[in-house]
Amino acid sequence: MSRVRLLVGTRKGAFILTSDGKREKWDVSEPHFAGWEMYHLKGSPVDPNRIYASQTSGWFGQIIQRSDDGGKTWNTPGSSSEELAGPDGMPKGESNKFVYEGQVGSHMWYDGTQHPWEFKRVWHLEPSLTDPDTVYAGVEDAAIFKTTNGGKTWQELSALRGAKGHLWQPGAGGMAVHTIILDPKNANRIYIAISAAGAFRTDDGGKTWRPINKGLKAQFELPDPDAEVGHCVHRIAMHKSRPDVLFMQKHWDVLRTDNAGEQWTEVSGNLPSDFGFPIDVHAHEPNTIYVVPIKSDSEHFPPDGKLRVYRSRSGGNEWEALTKGLPQKDCYVNVLRDAMSVDSLQPCGIYFGTTGGQVYGSADGGDTWNAIVRDLPAVLSVEAQVLP
Amino acid sequence: MIRVMLPYHLRNLARVEGEVQLEVAGSVTLGSVLDALESRYPALRGTVRDHGTLRRRPFVRFFACKEDLSLEPPETKLPEEVVTGKEPFLIVGAIAGG
Repeated sequence: MSRVRLLVGTRKGAFILTSDGKREKWDVSEPHFAGWEMYHLKGSPVDPNRIYASQTSGWFGQIIQRSDDGGKTWNTPGSSSEELAGPDGMPKGESNKFVYEGQVGSHMWYDGTQHPWEFKRVWHLEPSLTDPDTVYAGVEDAAIFKTTNGGKTWQELSALRGAKGHLWQPGAGGMAVHTIILDPKNANRIYIAISAAGAFRTDDGGKTWRPINKGLKAQFELPDPDAEVGHCVHRIAMHKSRPDVLFMQKHWDVLRTDNAGEQWTEVSGNLPSDFGFPIDVHAHEPNTIYVVPIKSDSEHFPPDGKLRVYRSRSGGNEWEALTKGLPQKDCYVNVLRDAMSVDSLQPCGIYFGTTGGQVYGSADGGDTWNAIVRDLPAVLSVEAQVLP
Repeated sequence: MIRVMLPYHLRNLARVEGEVQLEVAGSVTLGSVLDALESRYPALRGTVRDHGTLRRRPFVRFFACKEDLSLEPPETKLPEEVVTGKEPFLIVGAIAGG
């Protein structure tokens, strides 16, 4: 029987949750990298035991960790004496070296002046669909980096910042590339999203990028509500069978595109609030999507103290509340943008983590939920893996 | 032999317990000790000083013989007690948790 592994990043360490295919009983690991902020962990689709992790600290900066045995052991790539010896014979240890290419340049600051790009941390790691040594990293301040040697060294795909980067401005949560989606049918096409800048697409493997924000509205957030950049995109999701169809949870509004981002249409429909962070797609039903409505940008918790996942089986507009097993009173947690994931078992499993430290799971597409674990540190990210 | 005391998280990252001991060729300065530390433990590169600029990270501090050397330039010579191994060179995570 297949097994499921959840990679959970929290404010104070990473946790690995494992279950058999029934997904009823779960083992919870001891904390990995205890005390560090673990923004994101993700396994290679080619080799699920190859896992990359972003480990960060306000004191000691960015670390990249890699496991080649499913999370049992970890190493900072390229830091052993056998690896990456420099001309003087010393290993370089550059797995955490994220240096912007060329002229650093500047982006818009809060006061309207220009501010130089400064690397802060890696928010999201997206392993290649075909090569376990190739990974993309979305970073703050917003940029995308790529490694082709298993994380030993990273190079920026700097053309992204040329897509009107001087007009990008950080939001309250910073300015980061938090979403990276690789097109499974076109290796040269990548979608990314940046808070307070918008969604962008490359069709040539990262040599050039352009904004894809037509149809996004920011009535009370931008001087020009239809601006080409400046939109606060929180998350984008895609089903692998339909790479031209994307679903977006924006600051406010849930939207979809059917033409790879050329035009977006709002599909918030009957949601109780269309503010939120994560959005995801059912593994086997490309038109079934999930969001977690949050009351507002001023009050980051569920409306009415009820934690409800909303599911649309029609690709948006018509939504149903999924509540069975979720707290329906006195619940004031948030669910962050990278903290929802689906597995590919039958029926589809769906999981999300909260800022209150709970990880909830459903083994029936969202009809019923259980708390897999209740008292972790605030959850930053959840990724599901199915293992043979 | 130069004795260096790392903060808890960097000891874990470098996979060492207690103090580390370093051979430092030539003059024993703030910069040369950090160079030797990063050469011996490449996983620490970028965690004490930024890659490239080699600037001290804001919440990392340096102490030797009860003196705060955090703001001193890299060519600053360390006290004789550190050079002879009588006293450790301390790398400290600042109390900045709020």
